[in-house]
Amino acid sequence: MSKEIINQNTDIQQISEEQDYTLRSTDAVCINESHLHHKWYYNFKYMAVGVLFGIVFVKAEIISWFRIQEMFRFQSFHMYGVIGSAIMVGMISVWLIKKFNIKTIHGETIEFHDKVFNKGQIYGGLLFGLGWAITGACPGPLFAQIGTGATVIVITLLSALAGTWIYGYYRDKLPH
Amino acid sequence: MGIIEFIKQPWPWYVAGPVIGLTVPALLILGNKTFGISSSLRHVCAMCLPANIPFFKYDWKKEIWNLFFVAGIAIGGIVAISLLKNPSPILIHPNLAIELASYGINDFHGLVPNQLFNWGELMSVKGFILMVVGGFLVGFGTRYAGGCTSGHAIMGISNLQWPSLVATCCFMAGGFLMANVILPFILSL
Repeated sequence: MSKEIINQNTDIQQISEEQDYTLRSTDAVCINESHLHHKWYYNFKYMAVGVLFGIVFVKAEIISWFRIQEMFRFQSFHMYGVIGSAIMVGMISVWLIKKFNIKTIHGETIEFHDKVFNKGQIYGGLLFGLGWAITGACPGPLFAQIGTGATVIVITLLSALAGTWIYGYYRDKLPH
Repeated sequence: MGIIEFIKQPWPWYVAGPVIGLTVPALLILGNKTFGISSSLRHVCAMCLPANIPFFKYDWKKEIWNLFFVAGIAIGGIVAISLLKNPSPILIHPNLAIELASYGINDFHGLVPNQLFNWGELMSVKGFILMVVGGFLVGFGTRYAGGCTSGHAIMGISNLQWPSLVATCCFMAGGFLMANVILPFILSL
């Protein structure tokens, strides 16, 4: 009897985890696919990756407003080289992970999910493109720019948070 | 030239691009995380102001890794600017320099143009559009598109997702339109 209740409970738990996953992966590429539960301080490994990433952002001037302007005016190959070679390396890495079924350091199978197309990728993409060329920054560089001491970019970041919140508020009314 | 002087120079694309590309397998292998940055903005909304909006009613604690990641990016910015700062001024394309000079922008020091992005300018129409409207478009647009340059252009295309390719083309189209057609009006305000 008690075993049955426990089973029922885990069923409920699993359904809600699935629902939670569906919600979390709505309008997102970047998702935690792991089913493992770790202590919070395990997250410092992602911070370490972020630090390296931030250093590259600054040192290669990817967070420079001027470099973004040059990119959109075809005045420099730099940003195309950065994004293009990043995609090449990423593509080869994903292919290798799938081909050799490479596991995480915790032994978990690495999961990939296909994205479903919706019109938001067009409308939202265009709107983000407009913002990218104004601010000279996509979301990642905003964090790095603040790190380099451009404190006023905190306002741009807060405004981006407001934009995300407004999107969430009006999501059901927008064409998808 | 010592190793530190060598590192202090601007890094070429063929160093930066592959390192950024390696972030994709690094996050996957460290813990089954797909690479992306704009989602961090959503997690902050879900954490601080969910306001009963269905889009923010998920277990943000599952995605807290992403906030550690972006905090790392900010720390990386501090490290790079305080320890590895390039002592020379940033070189920009002469045509861009001429164009910007026509709007009175002639200080090319720093990564963010100080003449446009500063606390004083925030109250001007131009500064408000550049910082506040621009930021809003970045936050609204990335979430509407379901990802940014990292999530769609790098992670999505790496995983051969055609919707991500569509999104990336739209990012570029919006950028071309803004930089070449609309931004000149904003900068001349």
